Amino acid sequence: MTDAPVLEIRDYRLNFNTFDGVYHALDGVNLAVGKGQSLGIVGETGCGKSVTVRNVLGLLPSPPAEVVSGEILYNGKDMLKVTPAEMQKIRGIEIAMIFQDPMTYLNPVFTIGTQMVDVILAHQKALDKSVRKNKKQARAHAIEMLRKVHLPNPESQIDRYPHELSGGMRQRVLIAMALSGSPKLLIADEPTTALDVTIQAQILDLIAELVEDMGLSVIIITHDLGVVAKVCDNVAVMYAGQVVEYGTIEEVFGKPKHPYTEGLLKSIPHPGKPPEELYGIPGFLPNLLTPPIGCRFQDRCPKAMEICGTPPKNRNNAAHDRTVLCHLYEEGFEDA
Amino acid sequence: MLETRELTVNFAAKSGGKKAQLTAVNKVNLHIKKGDALGLVGESGSGKSTVGRTILHLNKASSGSVIFDEQDITRLNSTDEKILRRRAQMVFQDPHSALNPRMTIMRSVAEPLILHTKLRGAALREKVGTLLEIVGLQKQFLYRYPHELSGGQKQRVCIARAIALNPELLVLDEPTSALDVSVQAQILEFLKSIQKELDLTYLFISHNLAVIRYVCNRIAVMYLGQIVEQGETEEIFNNPKHPYTKALLEAVPLPEPGQPRRGKPLVGDIPSPLDLPKGCFFNNRCEKAIAGVCDVAPVPTYTLEGGREVRCVLYDPETQRQTA
Amino acid sequence: MTDILDTPAEPTFRERHASTIRTMRLYARTFRNNGAAMIGLLIIAGFMFLVIFGPSIVPYPEDALGATHIEQKLQPPSADHWFGTDEVGNDVFTRVVIGARVSLQIGLIITGISMLIGVPLGIIAGYVGGWVEESIMRITDIFLSIPGLILAIAIVGVLGPGIGNAMLAISLVWWPGYVRLVQAKTLSLKSAIYVDAARSMGASKMRIVFVHILPNCLSPIIVKVSMDMGMAILYAASLGFLGLGAQPPFPEWGAMISVGRNYLPDWWWYSFFPGLAIFLTVLGFNLLGDGLRDILDPRGRE
Repeated sequence: MTDAPVLEIRDYRLNFNTFDGVYHALDGVNLAVGKGQSLGIVGETGCGKSVTVRNVLGLLPSPPAEVVSGEILYNGKDMLKVTPAEMQKIRGIEIAMIFQDPMTYLNPVFTIGTQMVDVILAHQKALDKSVRKNKKQARAHAIEMLRKVHLPNPESQIDRYPHELSGGMRQRVLIAMALSGSPKLLIADEPTTALDVTIQAQILDLIAELVEDMGLSVIIITHDLGVVAKVCDNVAVMYAGQVVEYGTIEEVFGKPKHPYTEGLLKSIPHPGKPPEELYGIPGFLPNLLTPPIGCRFQDRCPKAMEICGTPPKNRNNAAHDRTVLCHLYEEGFEDA
Repeated sequence: MLETRELTVNFAAKSGGKKAQLTAVNKVNLHIKKGDALGLVGESGSGKSTVGRTILHLNKASSGSVIFDEQDITRLNSTDEKILRRRAQMVFQDPHSALNPRMTIMRSVAEPLILHTKLRGAALREKVGTLLEIVGLQKQFLYRYPHELSGGQKQRVCIARAIALNPELLVLDEPTSALDVSVQAQILEFLKSIQKELDLTYLFISHNLAVIRYVCNRIAVMYLGQIVEQGETEEIFNNPKHPYTKALLEAVPLPEPGQPRRGKPLVGDIPSPLDLPKGCFFNNRCEKAIAGVCDVAPVPTYTLEGGREVRCVLYDPETQRQTA
Repeated sequence: MTDILDTPAEPTFRERHASTIRTMRLYARTFRNNGAAMIGLLIIAGFMFLVIFGPSIVPYPEDALGATHIEQKLQPPSADHWFGTDEVGNDVFTRVVIGARVSLQIGLIITGISMLIGVPLGIIAGYVGGWVEESIMRITDIFLSIPGLILAIAIVGVLGPGIGNAMLAISLVWWPGYVRLVQAKTLSLKSAIYVDAARSMGASKMRIVFVHILPNCLSPIIVKVSMDMGMAILYAASLGFLGLGAQPPFPEWGAMISVGRNYLPDWWWYSFFPGLAIFLTVLGFNLLGDGLRDILDPRGRE
């Protein structure tokens, strides 16, 4: 990455203190997103992908969450250590977030116009008095944002209630709300999982368009490898609280290096090809209450060796835009 | 083996405060041969789940018929219904809620056996143990409760329960949608292998085209309660005919590098099932819509060579608008 | 798929019920952490102790049955009579302790009858639906719209005073609460997938109701019962206070307060101690019920 990254997560370790003990959710996560780039974080349930980004905006309740070490740097500032006042200036205005199920994130008793204007007015507090919008201007801005996300007839739709809109339209409203503060970074947590395939295609196209138009940086969290491949520049594959592989889509999907990434790619039926054999990944996620000392994937790895009993180190390639967390690459690796 | 003829299922609904009728399944004609795996594909509101449930008598058909081995099962008395239950079973979508949380695995899987056979006590336990072994779970699981099992294990239990009575037909409603990808692969492989072993016929309902392509040899594409295309899987994937099928296939993102960022996704939303369009249901989003034809009258289904069925005026042999 | 370990012959009792044991442990620990619930548990434990052992430990057992010792009447609390004596010389402490047993009986009978009427009606209403549900729910609504105590008074007025009639009256007032609760829970359970699965296997309606729906209704019913116990006792005491429930010399707390009213404020102990007993018992059951609800309702965090 040539410029300084917009968001960088360094060596992030997080625990949850639960009834059953200490749950080692994240163990040394390293990620970065550059300006105008889109990063996909991929993994299955329990890998920690959602948890990783929640604390960017301070959304993890703590207790029971407990940050053990690490930094989340947004333009150089550590988000784990900002004051609540500073966080208010960043939430929605610098960094915005959208979530999985649009219906549960919109208040059913208010029109979308009311909700959007609320959000926009809340943002104004962070701005200089001279440039603050009043209610009328906020509403105009809301209509503009709805137009930007291609909601048909925004002037009339703005006075509708969430249940009057379809799933795809609601997600567009959420995106409009998220972008109303002109953020530099958009974090989308499973934005299309609850949507139909054709609607998903629309939303993904919209996100790609906004990235182009606004120079937005995007982080998309999903378990759907197809979504990541279509929309993202880079991808981080997570397993059991660690980033096991990171690189460009071409590299990671085209020539996967980590056995888990390979396993993942071999386990999904390909919609574009006639059926070939599917290989599931045998075994189960390690119990993160008592995580194994060595590689967390060793029990299920077809290439496990003795040395996997010790913790593997992150190996980078020469250009430092690809990392793999695996003992197979002790000696470093060349881009094949 | 199974055929639905003009199957229609209506539900009562409220629209804007008034009573309205929601036609979830609209004159559906399906053909399933013994040993087939027919995939029913569609998005939300397509009615695919309702079709599955109606075939198993969980919903009442409003009109039309379901012929199972020469018998119309939409009109059954209770004894016949019990016989149907032995021959056709369902695997449900969400394994997390398909098992009674207060019953042990043993009890849940034993339920169909208790209802239809005289097996009890140790013999029943034997049989349940064998069933669990078939789906790859050890005897320990007999005494566990659902909340102790993973999603994949729960789905295996549901499959064990469904095959307990040696049914001929299995209706699977999104059996892997709630599961992780790596577990999904195991379950799909497993389903494919037991289909041959146990001589089963599948009706596989899903919105996931990749999964359907993997498991099924024939598919039927549904939109707003109607079947818009039906035929052999590979043929449809290689050469989709209905504009909706084409759009659906194009919309699926592929898990491989080198895909175009921007495309031409389908515009517009799915019309409300309470207010169905007059002519072709897909008309408002169809690129190839012909004004004056597509928005006027309901479209019939045309049968093309090779057994393909398409519900689109473009394939009207009389007008020869399209070459096959 | 998974490695086939050598399976033991038959799982032991401990293994078979391992998950139940673990759940009970989780409940116990959550409960222990809840201060208020523990206080409630303590109070009720004390209450149950009195119920079981009371009659054997009271100093003057005959006083509960109507013996009179006029010469000892209205004596203040002392070493001989911890709670003092009443107007016929009976030891108030004895009567309060025996009254515990009476109160428990009252509570159990009232909640028992209410459950027997309310739960089946609720399940039928929720599961069958249609006009059956409508009629049951509307009748329930009618009962619920009349203030409970007033209705109970009215019924007792018709039947005549006495503890038996009072309990019957209160039960008739109480059952609608159960109908509401169970009907709502049944409605939500009706659409559970495992109910669908049972239907698809050919289970009859009765079977589904008893095997699938009822066991899953138990948690809210248990919570309601524990909270109702306190209220039922209070209701009975209220009727007793109005002279419509237990009749003297029956050692029921409400009746005791009622008679004791005439002797306030000089001979305060007569009303005070039964009143205190009612207060603590109802408080104890309420706290216990709250604690039970906390552990039973948001479960399934596994």
